[in-house]
Amino acid sequence: MSVLESEQSDVVMRPDNIRTRTLPLVANLATAVVAFIVSAVVVLTTGIGNWVLVVVLGAVLYLVGLNIVASRVEGRRAARDKMWRAAIYSACLLAILPLASVVWTLVSKGVDRLDGNFFGTSMNNIGARDAGGGAYHAIIGTLEQVGIASLIAVPLGVLGAIYLVEYGKGKFANTVRFFVDVMTGIPSIVAGLFVLSFWVLIVSPWFNNGQPRFSGFAASLALSVLMLPTIVRSTEEMLRLVPGPLREGAYALGVPQWKTIVKIVLPTALPGIVTGVMLAIARAAGETAPVLLVAGGAAAINFDPFAGNQSSLALFVYQQAGDASKYAPARAWTAALTLVAIVLVLTIAAKLLARRNSLTR
Amino acid sequence: MGDNPSRSTDANAGGAGVTGRHASPVGIGVSPSSYEEPPFGGGGALPKKSRFSMESGFRGLSVASGAMVLVIIVAIAAFLISKAVPAISADKVNFLSFKEWFPNETEPRFGIAALAFGTVLSSVIALIVAVPISLGIALFLSHYAPKRLATPLGFVMDLLAAVPSVVFGLWGRDVFQAPVADFSVWLNHYFGWIPIFGGEGPFGQSIMLGGLVLAIMVLPIVTSLSREVFQQTPGMNEEAALALGATKWEMVRTAVLPYGKPGVIAAVMLGLGRALGETIALALTLGLVYNISFNLIQVGGNSIAANIATTFAEANDTGRGALIASGLVLFAITLVVNMAARAIIYRRREFRDSAA
Repeated sequence: MSVLESEQSDVVMRPDNIRTRTLPLVANLATAVVAFIVSAVVVLTTGIGNWVLVVVLGAVLYLVGLNIVASRVEGRRAARDKMWRAAIYSACLLAILPLASVVWTLVSKGVDRLDGNFFGTSMNNIGARDAGGGAYHAIIGTLEQVGIASLIAVPLGVLGAIYLVEYGKGKFANTVRFFVDVMTGIPSIVAGLFVLSFWVLIVSPWFNNGQPRFSGFAASLALSVLMLPTIVRSTEEMLRLVPGPLREGAYALGVPQWKTIVKIVLPTALPGIVTGVMLAIARAAGETAPVLLVAGGAAAINFDPFAGNQSSLALFVYQQAGDASKYAPARAWTAALTLVAIVLVLTIAAKLLARRNSLTR
Repeated sequence: MGDNPSRSTDANAGGAGVTGRHASPVGIGVSPSSYEEPPFGGGGALPKKSRFSMESGFRGLSVASGAMVLVIIVAIAAFLISKAVPAISADKVNFLSFKEWFPNETEPRFGIAALAFGTVLSSVIALIVAVPISLGIALFLSHYAPKRLATPLGFVMDLLAAVPSVVFGLWGRDVFQAPVADFSVWLNHYFGWIPIFGGEGPFGQSIMLGGLVLAIMVLPIVTSLSREVFQQTPGMNEEAALALGATKWEMVRTAVLPYGKPGVIAAVMLGLGRALGETIALALTLGLVYNISFNLIQVGGNSIAANIATTFAEANDTGRGALIASGLVLFAITLVVNMAARAIIYRRREFRDSAA
């Protein structure tokens, strides 16, 4: 019912009657209460479900009821607006539930084994009946693999981004840009299979008397394949934000282009580049599948990334999850908590750095 | 930006060598590099362009790094094919239509049909669940939530995208499995007459569990990409809609959603690519059975990536080749999906620099 229809000649226009009527909050809440009571009565008396169904049915009844009540008071369009707003808010609540459950489980189950022994010992000689054992070897493996992967991927990625921003023109640069984007979507297991067929089965026999050999370095190669596109993309974005006049000033002073890039452009974009690199590292540290395929996993400590099986934290979680020992789940959860802590610290540090970045602000 | 201003139009006249050598000051009258050859063009006072300067070296290095991406993609395809072909030719049955997976026997028999089916089915379920919810969250973050709430919530979403998949897999198996099994029993009791909810049980490690865990994992990705697209809606369009008397939802429907449609489609396809390639979460939550069945709630389901992770340890040479062949199929599927998504993004250039 619009204002025009309801207006009468003898009514003076005042702020409260030239606006459309709105549904009071009390009516909104009352609809919710009624919806949930009806739902509870229906579900619990007929015995077709438990409280979960009460909540779900209640939410649906609330949305429908709100639509009906509001369309009586405010009109059809405003009612639809209200209903969609409620639906969007409930989508948000619905998504938070499982995520909160993940966090809660991680913390509550992860603290069981959060002790010095866990971080100081490996799984060597730990049988199915032994309560001890830890992730020392896996943490070493993760650090070495991710470190080597960054050594490979960061220079390649930054130089690739420099090509795209500073030198790249025409069809070839566009092709490279397109395939960098496509490469972000390569599944980690495919990267693992690639390194398996290329490094482990073809190249590594040259160094090992004709026998293929798993190694942490192979895992680093796979991780660097995964990190490369992320680093190129984020660095490219940062380099594009560097103001053109900075470059032109350098050129005007007679500085060659490569020196301009190294001395002017890169330092200006550095905080953003570091942010992107840290995000890529965080993603690589959580990868399980490539490490499983090309590093093999190991129970003992192996400091040498170039020879012999290595484990990693993510792989440790997976292997402990599949272990039949009754002590394995606790180890898996504590390792998962450690892994998430490492990844989140890296991510949060990267985001805070990005917030202080003067280019993006 | 950076259009080589140090170059003159005649590349021979100065070139990069003009400023490439700082050892000798330019413009002192004679070229210090060579007294024998006459200097080029009008740049007689300038040092000769050297063939191997820092400039061309650096440029070559960066071009090589850029080309490396193409090299890697081609190498992935080449090496996977080279290892997959012998295994497929050793296969005694049709690789594309056979459902079981026995590559390690003396007469290897394996086929991709059931695995590919499970991969697609679990990803589709994940998207059906995740996309409406993540669009809701994206709209909430971009248009409904107050800024004080939207910033930290968006931050949390970004953090969730960084949580490793093995953690979601572990959670799905240890925590989420019991409620999903209860729900499956309930569905089977009341909706058992629908084939997808039929069956005699046992319930639990089913396609539905895997699909729901996948949904939780692709949720942050689809959300953050579509939020960025929604935020880029021109303020003019929104204000015009509001000025015409549209309610907030009508504004969203008439201005925000149409503007963001290509970006949302691309975000969904990127989420699909992520879901198709997901390995460990599915290896932990699916029943790992080789069959083609639309039944969502019975123990079962498998995917290409999960199969690689779970059977790799006991694979022999042919077995490895068979797994690599299945990985090649996965690579091809994800490549097509990703290229389609990127092509959509590239058509709308304004999304290009943000939708990473």
